[in-house]
Amino acid sequence: MNGQFPSVCSLLIAAVLAFNVLTVADAADKEPAAADAKTEKEMKPYKQTITGTDVSFEMLPIPGGTFTMGSPEDEADRYTDEAPQREVKIEPFWMGKCEVTWDEYDIWSFSLDQKIRKLRGVEPTEQDKKADAVTRPTPPYTDMTFSMGHDGFPAICMTQLAAKTYCKWLSQKTGHYYRLPTEAEWEYACRAGTTTAFSFGDDPGKIGEYAWYADNSDDQYQKVGKKKPNPWGLHDMHGNVNEWVLDQYQETYPAPDKSVQGPLPSPLVVATELYPRVVRGGSWEDDPADLRSATRRGSEEEWKYQDPQIPQSVWYHTDALFVGFRIVRPLRVPSEKERAELKLDAKKVVNQR
Amino acid sequence: MSEKSNESSTRRDFLKASSVVAAGAGVLGNLSFSSQAFAAGDDTIRVGLIGAGGRGRGAATQALSTEGNIKLVAIADAFSDRLEDGLAYINGQMQKNKTPERVDVAEENKFVGFDAYQKVLDSDVDVVILATPPGFRPIHFEAAVNADKHVFMEKPVATDAPGVRKVLAAAQAAKQKNLAVGVGLQRHHQKPYLELVDRVHNGAIGDIVAMRVYWNGGGVWDPRRTREECSGEMEYQMRNWYYYTWLCGDHIVEQHIHNLDVGNWLMKANPATGEGYPVSASGMGGRQVRTDKKYGEIFDHHAVEYVYDNGTRMYSQCRHMPGCPGNVTEHAHGTKGVVHLGGRDYSIEGENNTKFKGKYRDPYQVEHDQLFAAIRSGTPYSEAERGAYSTLTAIIGRLATYSGKEIKWNQALNSEISLMPETYAWDAAPPTLPNEHGEYQIAHPGLSKVV
Repeated sequence: MNGQFPSVCSLLIAAVLAFNVLTVADAADKEPAAADAKTEKEMKPYKQTITGTDVSFEMLPIPGGTFTMGSPEDEADRYTDEAPQREVKIEPFWMGKCEVTWDEYDIWSFSLDQKIRKLRGVEPTEQDKKADAVTRPTPPYTDMTFSMGHDGFPAICMTQLAAKTYCKWLSQKTGHYYRLPTEAEWEYACRAGTTTAFSFGDDPGKIGEYAWYADNSDDQYQKVGKKKPNPWGLHDMHGNVNEWVLDQYQETYPAPDKSVQGPLPSPLVVATELYPRVVRGGSWEDDPADLRSATRRGSEEEWKYQDPQIPQSVWYHTDALFVGFRIVRPLRVPSEKERAELKLDAKKVVNQR
Repeated sequence: MSEKSNESSTRRDFLKASSVVAAGAGVLGNLSFSSQAFAAGDDTIRVGLIGAGGRGRGAATQALSTEGNIKLVAIADAFSDRLEDGLAYINGQMQKNKTPERVDVAEENKFVGFDAYQKVLDSDVDVVILATPPGFRPIHFEAAVNADKHVFMEKPVATDAPGVRKVLAAAQAAKQKNLAVGVGLQRHHQKPYLELVDRVHNGAIGDIVAMRVYWNGGGVWDPRRTREECSGEMEYQMRNWYYYTWLCGDHIVEQHIHNLDVGNWLMKANPATGEGYPVSASGMGGRQVRTDKKYGEIFDHHAVEYVYDNGTRMYSQCRHMPGCPGNVTEHAHGTKGVVHLGGRDYSIEGENNTKFKGKYRDPYQVEHDQLFAAIRSGTPYSEAERGAYSTLTAIIGRLATYSGKEIKWNQALNSEISLMPETYAWDAAPPTLPNEHGEYQIAHPGLSKVV
């Protein structure tokens, strides 16, 4: 089994001198059966180690169901873009218990997996080879942690494309299909069966127990998983960093389609424009009102205004220190056709040379 | 609670860096140009770009986003593909800014090759942006001043001591000719730096006893071309310029200069007189992780201790190793407190606790706003010496790590060791050549002679 750490979300990257090389067979043994669920009933929490490293992440099952998306008109501090409320049906999926940390993200972004293999003289597995074919980003022009902390802290400042490409890499690396959540999936998971402004009720006075926000964050992001989780066990859905979802941001939700009987099935506003796209959950620099379950925010080009190179990098939002992401894994893996039509996956990027 | 629109949220409203608010841009009055004042009735500044890579395109975009009539009219690059790409990107940026007319480069004003810079200077331009690899900067700057052009040049401004001296001499000439010179050390135009350094200068942390400055990161772009894709060794090194010391200066010079420059600034070093800079440097560095031959000859880490005349020390680290913690910050420890700069934390701890909060305008834009405002009003503006001395600060660090020896400021400043090639041509030999396996000789502390 994996290292028995009473871990929150992710473990420190292997000191590369610890030659505890994972063979393919080992890796297969280590793969918890829970990750192989085929039906909603079989879905359980599982922890996945990224092959060839000591870094792992935890996934929690989110049962399928219906909920009311958006906020009611009488909710304190609500914004007009949280309407109209509509009934939405969601299919089951697993969701990251925590936001993706630098520990996980760097393995992809700095190709640490490849470097570790080279150092240890380990041959790539078939999955490694597939993962190697996924583009890695160009190096950031400056330190993207901005000296706020690295191990156990959420990865930030990535574009939606970078977050999606990470998912693509992780899918190849693990053999499971990971992607960003849709906005509807995100809100469903955030509410976790609640209908109040926050998943802990309507009282913003309690927010400090559950979230990092303007008044308790010491003006920077904080380690993931340190605050109380929501009813479904997810940490930091409110606050810490905003989280990318797949959808294009629009000023309101599309008016409910009269021709559809019952709840909207798995809605998604497929993104066709680069800006604005949706991030959810608020961040360490926001006030409680902007951490509500229904609060939405659209991305802006200004999020990279300090990138000194032209073309500005497709991988970084140099000024979005409040944006990160969390991954999901739908129980039913979508077809190639669906993935293309709904733009679930990252488009292929060829790095400029 | 009443319903609010999105606009009513203070935090959500990301302060837009307005692209054309030139602070202190004077009204166009009597221009006192030694050379071509903009002809009466035409206040259009004509810009030439020399070096159309990522930063050149960025600088050109910022120059063309300043207040008043301005046009890019000529462009030079060693490579035609880089030139065309660069021009296309700048065009794209200007279309986005809804000022497409600000790019007006005629076919005959596109120049390619080693002598392209001179052709831009010979064309009808008022200002040139120098953004080629740093090794060429002294030659280009000297030529620009000789041609009576105002200059914006990227840092660093040289890669060796003779280059620094050339820049210092040209800086004097520029002053005499009342030519404005901006240098891309944009922290000098970044509000939190300006505010906190000013407080330090006014005694907020007492006397500075030590400083710590860092640029630890994962590195920069990977080599862009293989040997097979290049016409020869010269093109190969030019395409992959970051990895050759004559072109780049090594990352301690190309990148870490920003942080070393802040150390000099905190110490009130005086660019006008050359006083107050470090008197010596010693340190160690090497190639530990980035060892593949495709990475040329530069080190991947340097750690240098600088000593100022009053005994104050500056401890410097720069590292290009993916997977290690990043840190791009500066700190000074004084008798009454500590100042932290860079990253997210701009603050003073101690007797005069303070923290800079809030947004500030993009310093890359501000540096151009101020330079072009000075050009329009004929106000003296010279950042060249500061650029030269901070470049030399970084260079003595490299000389110390390459040689393993203590390097004196004056010994370095007077060094006759030039890194530059004898001849600039695609079939000429660069100053550093690989063996039959394509491997370069790496500096060998204890043996390498550097001054």
